[in-house]
Amino acid sequence: MFPLTEENKHVAQLLLSTGTCPRCIFRFCGVDFHAPYKLPYKELLNELQKFLEIEKDELVLEVPNPPPKKIRLQELEDGIDGIDNLSQNGEGRVSVIEDGSIASKSSNLNVCNVCLGILQEFCEKEFIKKVCQKVEASGFEFTNLVFSVSFPPQLSVREHAAWLLVKQEMGKQSLSLGRNDIVQLKEAYKWITHPLFSEELGVPIDGKSLFEVSVVFAHPETVEDCHFLRAICPDCFKPAKNKQSVFTRMAVMKALTKIKEEDFRKQFPCPPNSPKAVCTVLEIECAHGAVFVAGRYNKYSRNLPQTPWIIDGERKLESSVEELISDHLLAVFKAESFNFSSSGREDVDVRTLGNGRPFAIELVNPHRVHFTSQEIKELQQKINNSSNKIQVRDLQLVTREAIGHMKEGEEEKTKSYSALIWTNKVIQKKDIEFLNDIKDLKIDQKTPLRVLHRRPLAVRTRIIHSMETRYVDEHHFHLYLKTQAGTYIKEFVHGDFGRTKPNIGSLMNVTADILELDVEVNHFIVEVPICTLNSAKVVLWWGGH
Amino acid sequence: LNKCQFIYSCAGRSTVWYEEELYQPITQHQIFAPYRICVITLAESHPVLQSGKTIKSVSYQISTNCSRLQNKVSGKFKRGAQFLTELAPLCKIYCSDGEEYTVSSCVRGRLMEVNENILHEPSILQEKPSTEGYIAVVLPKFEESKSITEGLLTQQQYEEVLVKRIHAATATSRASRGITTTTAPTPPQPARSVC
Repeated sequence: MFPLTEENKHVAQLLLSTGTCPRCIFRFCGVDFHAPYKLPYKELLNELQKFLEIEKDELVLEVPNPPPKKIRLQELEDGIDGIDNLSQNGEGRVSVIEDGSIASKSSNLNVCNVCLGILQEFCEKEFIKKVCQKVEASGFEFTNLVFSVSFPPQLSVREHAAWLLVKQEMGKQSLSLGRNDIVQLKEAYKWITHPLFSEELGVPIDGKSLFEVSVVFAHPETVEDCHFLRAICPDCFKPAKNKQSVFTRMAVMKALTKIKEEDFRKQFPCPPNSPKAVCTVLEIECAHGAVFVAGRYNKYSRNLPQTPWIIDGERKLESSVEELISDHLLAVFKAESFNFSSSGREDVDVRTLGNGRPFAIELVNPHRVHFTSQEIKELQQKINNSSNKIQVRDLQLVTREAIGHMKEGEEEKTKSYSALIWTNKVIQKKDIEFLNDIKDLKIDQKTPLRVLHRRPLAVRTRIIHSMETRYVDEHHFHLYLKTQAGTYIKEFVHGDFGRTKPNIGSLMNVTADILELDVEVNHFIVEVPICTLNSAKVVLWWGGH
Repeated sequence: LNKCQFIYSCAGRSTVWYEEELYQPITQHQIFAPYRICVITLAESHPVLQSGKTIKSVSYQISTNCSRLQNKVSGKFKRGAQFLTELAPLCKIYCSDGEEYTVSSCVRGRLMEVNENILHEPSILQEKPSTEGYIAVVLPKFEESKSITEGLLTQQQYEEVLVKRIHAATATSRASRGITTTTAPTPPQPARSVC
């Protein structure tokens, strides 16, 4: 059923005669249901013609500048046929020619003066198919998608001009269609294209989808249409460092709300003039939102940094915890890059024992995202088989929110350590027994010299909750400690030039040094059902005490 | 295990360097590579560390307007630090026999901290000169961190210099014994830099 009624006739007539396409005419007549927009272009043109009772062989189009042209309706129809033949030419009209100018392959095609072709060929099946081909070729795995489209800013200017024209015409008829009754270009575009995407790709459109298909349109021919706005509202167009052009969509729209009608009409033609060519497609891109993998790691090497150790472009130590885990994930998820984070960290020469340190890896723009728990188990096994320096457990997919919890409560945690101590003086078993009885010892630590280059100079008070000793020989013993989080254990042992007081050396009245250090990370395991991508009850990998 | 290993552990990766200057007692610097934090300490051959010497007091007031105790650094970038050149004095050591020794930085950089423990307990300076009795901590400019060891002596070079000095002292005393029975107070020995 044709959506326009008698009272729309004048506006429709005016718009059509000034070079506006049927779908834009619907928008400016407030047609707010989807069905009419989805009809084929040819059919819409025919129906419109019938509605306006125009003779089939002639349609007068009056354009203020240049002088009036007569374009045959037949030619308009031929122009539409031209679109169907485009596929023979490969990219056809939508290709960007090197010098930036777009030549219309068919001079009969009347490019809409408001939407510049967006609601003409760019919302039809042919074009959508082209986009979908690119999506499929990109190799992403997805079960739904969100479609985002970006139009050139000058469309807002043309829209504004068309609105002023329509408002004036309605004023003559004392009609009252408000600005808000006009259907937005983007909205109509999505009404038409969403079902086409779904049909072509076989997945639903979902605003919350992590997989985004984005299309950016440009219209080089009319780029300067917006420039007059700068003279009138200069503070809308302040240059920002990371923007190529100062004429962004937001800036243009803001200026349009500020400009007075008379000033606008002086600078910009109402109705807008007809362009020579349609929009160009600047880019068709696909990207998948980040996914998160978490787990715990144990470190058994005394020569492995957590993150790559590179100074002046030179790698000082081979490999890192981060790389040993993430390289496998990067490959399997086919991601662009990763971000590694963990709940605390240990020095290069310290082993991580116990249940392991919780870590999380953000995989950026992954092409593959669906894994069964069996596949994740196999991935964990693969990582563990590839290196004896680290071992991973509880590997699982988690949500972004879970990562936030990982860092929580780090300050409150207690840490357990195991150290091998050397003393310069000869010691007997009885010389170390007193350490077992010391509870909640307060120590003051100045920022250790070994980290002073990158930390502020300060004094930190920390608590050694308890210690346990195990005699080895006259110059060695094992020391087990439970301390407050943030305690520098090495400095507590050797004193750091007396800048950590008291220290093992001062307590025992010897010169002491630390030969080996292990940290025991034992966050308790909590079972919580997580609505992860696997929708399975999963062992939570973090927890504090 | 020996002393070198101890320094390795507590410094991370440190090497000991020595400074020699004219009319300047010997000082020792421990430099933590690759970050080049320098800890200024007295070398074993410093007069103040010889037996028989008693330290009366240590002062960080090096001039009327400048006290190293006023040095305050803040933030990760250690703003507010006093800038030191090689000859910048760090502290003065006063001995009970009236002798006075000035310890200079020998390293260009920003002063991080001075050791207030030796103010309260000067004996630490003599008991543990290379650890708890340190003088100061200096952070060289990152760009200069590789060049600060130029002009300093390695441990081996230092030991060679010491040996030469002992021979020279023995020769002098043999010569002087024949001439006079009075012994003039010896001026401070030329400082040796060992890096």
